[in-house]
Amino acid sequence: MSRRVLAKVSEVKPGAPKIVTAMGRQIGLFNVGGEYFALANRCPHMGAELCKGWIVGLVQSDAPGEYRVTRPGEFLRCPWHGWEFDIKTGQSWCDPKSVKARNFKVQVEPGSELVKGPYVAETFPVTVEEDYLVIDL
Amino acid sequence: MQASLAGAIDCDLHPPLPGVTGLLPHLSAYWRDQITNRYIDKLPFQLSSYPATSPLSARPDWRPAPGQKAGPEPIRTHVLDRWGLGLAILNPLHGAVALFNNDMAAALCSAVNDWVAKELLDAEPRLRASILLPVHDVELSLREIERLAPDRRFVQALFLAMGEAPLGRRVNWPLFAACQKHGLAVGIHAGSTYRHAPTYAGWPSYRVEDYVAQSGAFETQLLSLIAEGVFQTYPKLKVVLMESGLTWLPHFLWRTGKTWRGTRPEVPWVDRAPAEIVRENVRFTLQPVDAPRGEPEVLARVMEHLGSDNLILFSTDYPHWQFDGEEVLPAGLGRTTIKKMLVENALDTYLRLREGAAGERALSEETVP
Amino acid sequence: MNVPVRQPVAGQRLMVVDCDIHPAYATPTALYEFLPQRWRDHWSTFGTFFRPPLIGQLPFPRMMAGGMRIDSFPDNGSPPGADLDLMRRQLLDACGVEVGMLIALSRGGMEERNLDFAAALSAAANDWQLHAWCEPEPRLRAAIVVPQEHTEHAVAEIERRSDNASFVQVLMSPRTADPLGNRRYWPIYAAAEAHNKPVALHVAGFSGGHSSTPTGWPTYYLQEHYAQATGMQSTLASLVFEGVFERFPKLKVVLIEGGFAWAPALCWRMDKAWERMRAEVPHLKRPPSEYVREHVWFTTQPIDEPDQPEHLVDIIKWIGWDKIMFSTDYPHWDFDDPAQVFAKLKLTGKEKAALFRENARAVYGLP
Repeated sequence: MSRRVLAKVSEVKPGAPKIVTAMGRQIGLFNVGGEYFALANRCPHMGAELCKGWIVGLVQSDAPGEYRVTRPGEFLRCPWHGWEFDIKTGQSWCDPKSVKARNFKVQVEPGSELVKGPYVAETFPVTVEEDYLVIDL
Repeated sequence: MQASLAGAIDCDLHPPLPGVTGLLPHLSAYWRDQITNRYIDKLPFQLSSYPATSPLSARPDWRPAPGQKAGPEPIRTHVLDRWGLGLAILNPLHGAVALFNNDMAAALCSAVNDWVAKELLDAEPRLRASILLPVHDVELSLREIERLAPDRRFVQALFLAMGEAPLGRRVNWPLFAACQKHGLAVGIHAGSTYRHAPTYAGWPSYRVEDYVAQSGAFETQLLSLIAEGVFQTYPKLKVVLMESGLTWLPHFLWRTGKTWRGTRPEVPWVDRAPAEIVRENVRFTLQPVDAPRGEPEVLARVMEHLGSDNLILFSTDYPHWQFDGEEVLPAGLGRTTIKKMLVENALDTYLRLREGAAGERALSEETVP
Repeated sequence: MNVPVRQPVAGQRLMVVDCDIHPAYATPTALYEFLPQRWRDHWSTFGTFFRPPLIGQLPFPRMMAGGMRIDSFPDNGSPPGADLDLMRRQLLDACGVEVGMLIALSRGGMEERNLDFAAALSAAANDWQLHAWCEPEPRLRAAIVVPQEHTEHAVAEIERRSDNASFVQVLMSPRTADPLGNRRYWPIYAAAEAHNKPVALHVAGFSGGHSSTPTGWPTYYLQEHYAQATGMQSTLASLVFEGVFERFPKLKVVLIEGGFAWAPALCWRMDKAWERMRAEVPHLKRPPSEYVREHVWFTTQPIDEPDQPEHLVDIIKWIGWDKIMFSTDYPHWDFDDPAQVFAKLKLTGKEKAALFRENARAVYGLP
């Protein structure tokens, strides 16, 4: 297992995930209200590129004909079948126990700490001025 | 060996009904006038879905003798006494429901219901009945439910599988509210008022195909009730699909479950998979069982696909010709399935069956196989 | 562009026949070049004339991006399914599609109420399939689109196209004016049988004049989507009970996107009802299920996904391992990927080969 620096924090904006490749694997990085999350770019259902889906809220209802959008920006709809996934946990809304997108714990690290090493940065240099999103992979 | 049916509850059988003349005592002066002056009393009011002479409509040994008076006797002989049943729920299939004049439909439905109460329920304590409703008029149907609800022998409101619009539509909700309030089940029985073609491509040439199409109507109605949120709004409501064929259900649960996962935001009140809702709120009468003859292992697998012993309610579908001789329980059903189906599931579905002498008797005889 | 999620490895690839691919017109007037001036003028003035209440849209709006995979929209702004290069990248190459069956649903005249226009549209749609798809991409095969309510033209179109090996089947909508078993459609079956072309019936959004369920129109897309499954059951029952397979003993029918897990229960139901009512249909010499077993094939998408995958294996076993054919429905939202679709079913190599490839090769007589 190694620490991998995936992106600059400044590159991952709310509502606009960044998909990066680490160890040959695609990972989507998400900014939900200033917190960062990472999901495998693969839907556990039919294999679609999950992180290219829509970032949405969770529609809920208190009674037929009433609609509430809750937790805006916290869910991802698969670009194929539209199943909804909680960005923070990878769990699907329809079947949270059995249908789950792989998720990774993301840490925000200042460049000044990272340069002390060891780390792997796939495609870019790490500088002391920036903050970075880091996962253990 | 056939399991004993003693004390079982038959949840779908059809009483012989009187001609319109027999209903006249239960009609108002206005309707008596209309009916006699327009010769409506000479009309058969036979649903096209169940022509009397068609093989499906009556088993050869259950065909009414010519000139036989409508009454409880054939049901006693052919069903209740024959198998020692505890209770039986009558579903009167009367053509009044197909009329376009809703007032006339309502008057005739009321007359049928009153006739059933007087001539059948009063005469035979083991009988219960569904309320025949003028289903195309919600207000008149509601009035009929409220009128009969105090008579605890009526245990269910009766709808046909094919009507003017899918039943889950919000316009019908006052009926569901009333049923939940009064502890009445909502019963949907095979049959059509032919407001639409029986298939999405029009009218079949043959009755046999028309009958086959009924199962599609049950699928439609069940999904309508689920999608519209009827069970979220009326969580205690029990819906019983009668004479539906039964074995279409696993596919229904798989397909709707999958589609719901992707289309859920369209109906966000459906907060559980359809299969969960069905297991809680919906039941199915036994006959007919659409399964291959002589392959009990296939039916056993279908029951595994269903994954619940709570769903089926015992029924003979008397006098429809769904089985021969004594073979009302098809081979392939497990012991637990049979045991629960005969009494327990019905008592959990029709709350009113627990009341009164006959209900207590059924309860005390719960010791079936 | 990111690296594809799945990198196919040469030599280990599963070769598949995809029995349901939807090509789209790159522009709304893409068919004009295949139409006589008279019909171009008609189209640009009066438009197409279908039975649903809205022009250019269905009254049950779909759930995902107009019913499309979000990732299937070409960069050039054309609609999903219109760009052959993208179709190659996303489907033919990525999924190892050896042969793909085009199902040209839109504006082929199947639902057009003006029958002469319907005839012109179907002829144009067939020319377009050759020109835009089969000629540039030899992996693709076309279906002869016919306007089923215009029997005479439908037959002529089958006669005209049959010698072209790119056309492997005849495509009709199951949402007809009368049930498909009705005798008015029999000349089409006679022509299909004579030219040894299976008749493909793909679910359709446009009605032929009847509500999508026997108890009226549903409310939600979720319900309308399901109505395709009940509708397809009634289509199959109609073909059986009207005696189509008795009259056309070599006819093959392929039911596309209507599901298949309902088929065993429907066959049991038909057999049971036939047993009681057979005197009404003496033209049937055998139980309904036998006609189905002999004459009907099913495509897999959208695959049913029971909690216990082996339940679906029961279904396939009951229908017959030789009767089920894989399909993706590209570029539609409920796409099935061959790498995933049967992953939980624990199939043998032989069973997989049957579903992905061999059954289709047999039905369509592919080399």
